[in-house]
Amino acid sequence: MNSVPSASGPAISLKNVSREYGAIKAVDNVSLEIAAGSFVALVGLSGSGKSTLLKMINRLVDPSAGKVLIAGENVKVADPHVLRRRIGYVFQNIGLFPHMTIARNIAIGLELAGEKNGRRERVMELLELVELPKEMASRMAHQLSGGQQQRVGVARALATRPGLMLMDEPFGALDPVTRDSLAGQYKALHEKLGLTTIIVTHDMAEALYLADRILVMEGGQIKADATPAELLSGGVGDEAEALVAIPRAQAAHLIALSKKT
Amino acid sequence: MSEAWQQAFARVPELLAAHVQLSFSALLFAMALCLPLAIWAARAPKVAAIILGFASLIQTIPALALLALFYPVLLGLSALLGGGISALGFLPALLALTLYALLPILRNAVTGLTGVDPAAKQAADGLGMTATQKLRLVEAPLAAPTIMAGIRTAAVWTIGAATLSTTVGQASLGDLIFAGLQTQNWTLVLTGCFASAGLAITVDLLLGLIERSIRERRKIIAWGATAVIGIGLAIALLPMLGARGDVVVIGAKGFSEQFILARLIGSRLEEAGYEVRYQDGLGSAVVFQAVAADDIDIYVDYSGTIWTNQMKRSDTPPGEKMLDEIEKWSAATYGVTMLGALGFENTYAFAVRPEDAASKQLKTLDDLARVSSDFAFGTDLEFLERPEWVMVQAAYPIRFKEARSFNPTFMYPALSSGEVDVISAFSSDGRIAANGFVVLQDGKGAVPSYEAMLLVAPGRSGDDEFMNAVKPLVGAITVENMREANYKVDREADKQTPRQAARWLDERLKDRKDQ
Repeated sequence: MNSVPSASGPAISLKNVSREYGAIKAVDNVSLEIAAGSFVALVGLSGSGKSTLLKMINRLVDPSAGKVLIAGENVKVADPHVLRRRIGYVFQNIGLFPHMTIARNIAIGLELAGEKNGRRERVMELLELVELPKEMASRMAHQLSGGQQQRVGVARALATRPGLMLMDEPFGALDPVTRDSLAGQYKALHEKLGLTTIIVTHDMAEALYLADRILVMEGGQIKADATPAELLSGGVGDEAEALVAIPRAQAAHLIALSKKT
Repeated sequence: MSEAWQQAFARVPELLAAHVQLSFSALLFAMALCLPLAIWAARAPKVAAIILGFASLIQTIPALALLALFYPVLLGLSALLGGGISALGFLPALLALTLYALLPILRNAVTGLTGVDPAAKQAADGLGMTATQKLRLVEAPLAAPTIMAGIRTAAVWTIGAATLSTTVGQASLGDLIFAGLQTQNWTLVLTGCFASAGLAITVDLLLGLIERSIRERRKIIAWGATAVIGIGLAIALLPMLGARGDVVVIGAKGFSEQFILARLIGSRLEEAGYEVRYQDGLGSAVVFQAVAADDIDIYVDYSGTIWTNQMKRSDTPPGEKMLDEIEKWSAATYGVTMLGALGFENTYAFAVRPEDAASKQLKTLDDLARVSSDFAFGTDLEFLERPEWVMVQAAYPIRFKEARSFNPTFMYPALSSGEVDVISAFSSDGRIAANGFVVLQDGKGAVPSYEAMLLVAPGRSGDDEFMNAVKPLVGAITVENMREANYKVDREADKQTPRQAARWLDERLKDRKDQ
């Protein structure tokens, strides 16, 4: 695999970031440092502000106050579209363009960047990277299964070799088997490509499996900031406890079941 | 019969081309206007509400009224800007049809653009597309089938409504329908209907094919259908490219006598080597403006009409004096040449059924006034609005039970069938004598003289060859010959076309000369 880029993802820094919608504070004065190359999961219930926080990094949402830095540079410096071309973005509804072939969907970032050479080779490389057969290149999105479509979504986000990946519940709509295999494969990609990844999920089990650092959000604030091991051992706050309790109870139940048989 | 069909078909290619040019221009104009508006409206719901509301409002105005409204608007605009804007023909037709095409295009474009899958839009933003790129690469292609459906609806509407542009003096397939309706020539009406319906169906099918192939992403078929439309357009536009030689446009109002006289003038000019085109069905008010603006080169009007409508006079001097004054006035005010009277009069004549004339002893308008409260009055479409009607009412105490307006063609049957009891007939109309109707005498001379006369546009007054070609018609037509020629076209059985009647009339003129 000579195609693997050596670029390491950037560090992210949020300084006193808030976002208000009228009287509602979706994100409430959050400050945060994310190290280069880390895999961070933002976990919380619906409406906890995790998705808004993520979108402020690629300016799909602009903060009402505070600032966001990527590799030390304020995201406000560049035009939003220029900023976004350097960041991979994957979200639950995938959003493949139904009127374009899979190949063009994957290469659209290169098209926007005006890169004419080697698009076809790059598409093939990316299809291989997300473990899709090469014949998919000429298909249309509606001919693919949900899991295949999200693999294309990941490939499209990676096409321009971004160092930073923002993923907003990327596997939320997939069946458990597909979800598990795709999550596992993405984790391997993250490590292989040396990315910085921030993933939003409401599934604590997924966060525990994927991330090396978990941030628990509630009411627009970060209530817990811990490694998976620390979370499991407890003592990081009630909000985190409540979320961890679910997979823990499920696991205990499964173990109990297997002992009976 | 076969000659009638041949003559009708012979006019189709030219009118079809004009029809296509007009409808396509209006459609293109509407698209150019609507698509940017729709993009704006799709981003701002308030704007969408206002724009769509306006377009819907326009749609409630009947197409014919919309066309008619542009005449005074453009006339006023032209006066404001010191002239130069033609209030007749292509421009008003184009503007009215464009407004008419707005709603379906706008509505579908807004629906199409706002209906684009939010996920695709979010992906476009997330990938770093600019607003323009998002529109070009994502929103426009995804909204295209819906937008195309709107354009298709607009195209069919526009092609249909374009037939009405005849009334503002723009050539279209409506010329056949209107002329046919006036002369009860159903061959013409059917030819016009089939041609415009055929055009609409063809365009609908082709645009439908494009719409479907965009939806199914079959580019080759979409381009193929587009190419077919393109070729059709090119053929329709071809006559515009060709050197426009010196084509004489002969105007005519909307009744048989005018059609016949226009053909008579036309045949004389063709003999003199001119290429001739006819602009039939112009309204009384519109036609004089048209000749003054050089939109038409020549037409026949009646002294009383110019006297009352254009000069706003209400006195009624003898015919000769009136002609003199009209000649001076039209030359001085508009540069229009009054070349001379043709030799017959076509005045408003109040006609009643012979039974009524006998039983109620009706001879004069005074007699009519006596019984008017029991009588229903049938008129052409404009008489009730004309100053002559005011003048008649001032001279005679006439108060009818009711008044109804008809297309002149249907006015005579309405009298004979008893639907109305008196009509404002035309004295040169052959159907008065043919039906045995009795014309009541205007003893007080309330209605001015209506000598038929030739009016020539300012741009032609210096063309001696032209003048010499039409001059022999001055004083050459008797009212008997005109009546008979009119009747040949208007009668129910053994109908002739205006051209045939004009040929017959021409022979009578030649006979006179030979004698």
